[in-house]
Amino acid sequence: MAGDPYAVPAVPQAPDGSVAPGAAGVPDKPPSTGADGDGGDTLVSITDLKVHFPITSGVIVQRKVGAVRAVDGLSFDVLRGETLGLVGESGCGKSTTGRAILQLEKLTAGQVFYEGADLARLHGGALRRQRRRMQMIFQDPYASLNSRMSLGHIVGEPLLVHNLRPRGEREDRVKELLNLVGINPNTINRYPHEFSGGQRQRIGIARALAVEPNFIVCDEPISALDVSIRAQIINLLQALQRSFGLTYLFIAHDLSVVRHISDRVAVMYLGRIVELAANHELYGEPFHPYTQALLSAVPIPDPLVEERRRPVVLAGDVPSPASPPSGCHFHTRCPAAQKGLCDVDDPVLREIRPGHFAACHLVSAADYPKIRSAEDRAAAAGTAAAGQTTPGGDAS
Amino acid sequence: MSPKLPPDELIPDYRSDLAHDGERRLEPEFEVVLEDEGRHSIDGLVTSELISAEAYGEWLPEAEIIETRGTWSQVWRRFRKDKFAVAGLVVVALLIIVAVGAPWLAPHNPLTQYDSGLTAKGQPVAPNRHFWLGTDLLGRDMLSRLMYGARVSLVIGVLANGFALLLGVIFGILAGYFRGWLETLIMRATDVMLAFPIFLLAIALSSSISHPGIWVLVVVIGIVYWAPMTRVIHGEVLSIREKEFVMAARLTGCTNRRILTNHILPHLVAPIIVYTSLGIATTVLLEAGLSFIGLGVQPPTPSWGQMIADGQQYYTSALWLTLFPGLCIMITVLAFNLVGDGLRDAFDPQQRRR
Repeated sequence: MAGDPYAVPAVPQAPDGSVAPGAAGVPDKPPSTGADGDGGDTLVSITDLKVHFPITSGVIVQRKVGAVRAVDGLSFDVLRGETLGLVGESGCGKSTTGRAILQLEKLTAGQVFYEGADLARLHGGALRRQRRRMQMIFQDPYASLNSRMSLGHIVGEPLLVHNLRPRGEREDRVKELLNLVGINPNTINRYPHEFSGGQRQRIGIARALAVEPNFIVCDEPISALDVSIRAQIINLLQALQRSFGLTYLFIAHDLSVVRHISDRVAVMYLGRIVELAANHELYGEPFHPYTQALLSAVPIPDPLVEERRRPVVLAGDVPSPASPPSGCHFHTRCPAAQKGLCDVDDPVLREIRPGHFAACHLVSAADYPKIRSAEDRAAAAGTAAAGQTTPGGDAS
Repeated sequence: MSPKLPPDELIPDYRSDLAHDGERRLEPEFEVVLEDEGRHSIDGLVTSELISAEAYGEWLPEAEIIETRGTWSQVWRRFRKDKFAVAGLVVVALLIIVAVGAPWLAPHNPLTQYDSGLTAKGQPVAPNRHFWLGTDLLGRDMLSRLMYGARVSLVIGVLANGFALLLGVIFGILAGYFRGWLETLIMRATDVMLAFPIFLLAIALSSSISHPGIWVLVVVIGIVYWAPMTRVIHGEVLSIREKEFVMAARLTGCTNRRILTNHILPHLVAPIIVYTSLGIATTVLLEAGLSFIGLGVQPPTPSWGQMIADGQQYYTSALWLTLFPGLCIMITVLAFNLVGDGLRDAFDPQQRRR
């Protein structure tokens, strides 16, 4: 690891990152100073982010007949140097959120501030330069590398595009990057098909690192990999984070992995964040009924504990994001939903405890215990919703 | 720990069975070589040590790199298995040799009217030792004319397809990559084009030009065939632009131009090759049709369609006048179609079973 290639980029981007972007004035926005007093420096700030995909009909004139609300009003901050986990079922808008932050999807509404600059207003060259600091690691290592380009070109292209190194030094830099992610630098002339899934994912990471980013969206980076390879990639990501002070938005549906890697975790349901809290808070004491159900579904690698685990089985399927339910999006499946409240009023994301946000009418700082007892009553009455044991509440 | 599991423990049941017939022992198919604390692995089979190892900072040894074949050699391997396609390829190769080498290979001049090529009554001569495939109504050697006719067919086939392809790739990329109103415009225009009877359109176009010739045919056929080509390229671009490597390219700061040339165009090569070879077959047929009704290649330049037209009245008395050019057209079209189908299957083996 001689000649740390990252010595330059990590710091100098900081100078006037102090422009408070959250000042846009949306009420239900969790303040950036959250979690564990980590310094609380906001790197990326998302305000009321909406991404709707229009449903059109018509042959020549396209009429808009509806919209799939993939992301429907998200507000959260990503703090410098943290790993923010983003979990939820498939189709809840996790990946769309990640792409929208990087401006790969057209925003329907909302702002994405990166160090104070609103990315949605940037175009062309300005966006290209700004986006250099934000990269993505993709889910499918077989689709994320251009099969017609050699490793040298794949990892070297970003250097060329941004003119980051003089021509003569580019190859050395590519080798350095490959070495960094654990790929033999002598394979620079080989093509992606000559590598395994895990190695390809490493190459993808090297490509992302080539532009010296501060912020990386990891879009389910290990879901497509063999179980045996996953730990390696996670370790690599963590090591890189330590070395270069990277900030991650880690999108996954594997709760255990998110628990392992994240500092804070946001839970999404149907295009909205239902709960956001520090890792140990969320896993230890989930407030939102959806989070509780999600966590109860995680198997526990201990036969004795596993036997006693009673998962909360949610009734029905996820409603279509094209016509989300009224009020709280979750009320159609929520075991604790109250008629006249949950199906009418849209809950906002409120800070229940310092740094612990939840969007639920039934949870508040004062009456937090109520939901538990309500649920217990339901369990006692023999309703479908079984009682809730918080899994792994004992472990770390 | 010993990484190489003893066969006895692996498969005790088989061992006892197999002991009877000879000394055959089942060895494990792989051998995990453990050097420097178990970092080696073979073909994705990773030893448990590797999982816990902090892989960061040390690259995995070369042994782990999976040697697989490149796209092209895989395509060739699959193509080779298709006997019909290989036969088609041989025929196409022969056609090209004949077309290119016509001036040297042809036994006679295709335009010379030989005295010996007509009987005393002025009728064409049947195939014989001197004129292998007989002569035509003017006493010209059929074989030589057919060989020169191959030139015309192939030149028009390749050029017209190249022209259609050029238009198709430009329009297809514009529509597929940039989307928006441009896409609506282009794709609706192709719908209109595809709704036209192609042959009728070609007749109308070429009859409106006073001096039809090879170049006119190339342009006419190109104009007629841009629509299906655009369709194909548009669909391909639509699927490629959503691939993750294109997103990655956009993220790392590539301009649209760079994305198109470095990331999208190379992936269009396969469909372009396939549809060109299929397109040449249809073009040869269209050219023959136009020449047959006198709107294509003008005499005295020999063309297969025109030769059939000349000899059609005499098919009872002089069958060779129509039979051989007809066979030539059939074989050429068949060969290109076989090659095209074979290539399509070779490029995309999953699509094979419809």
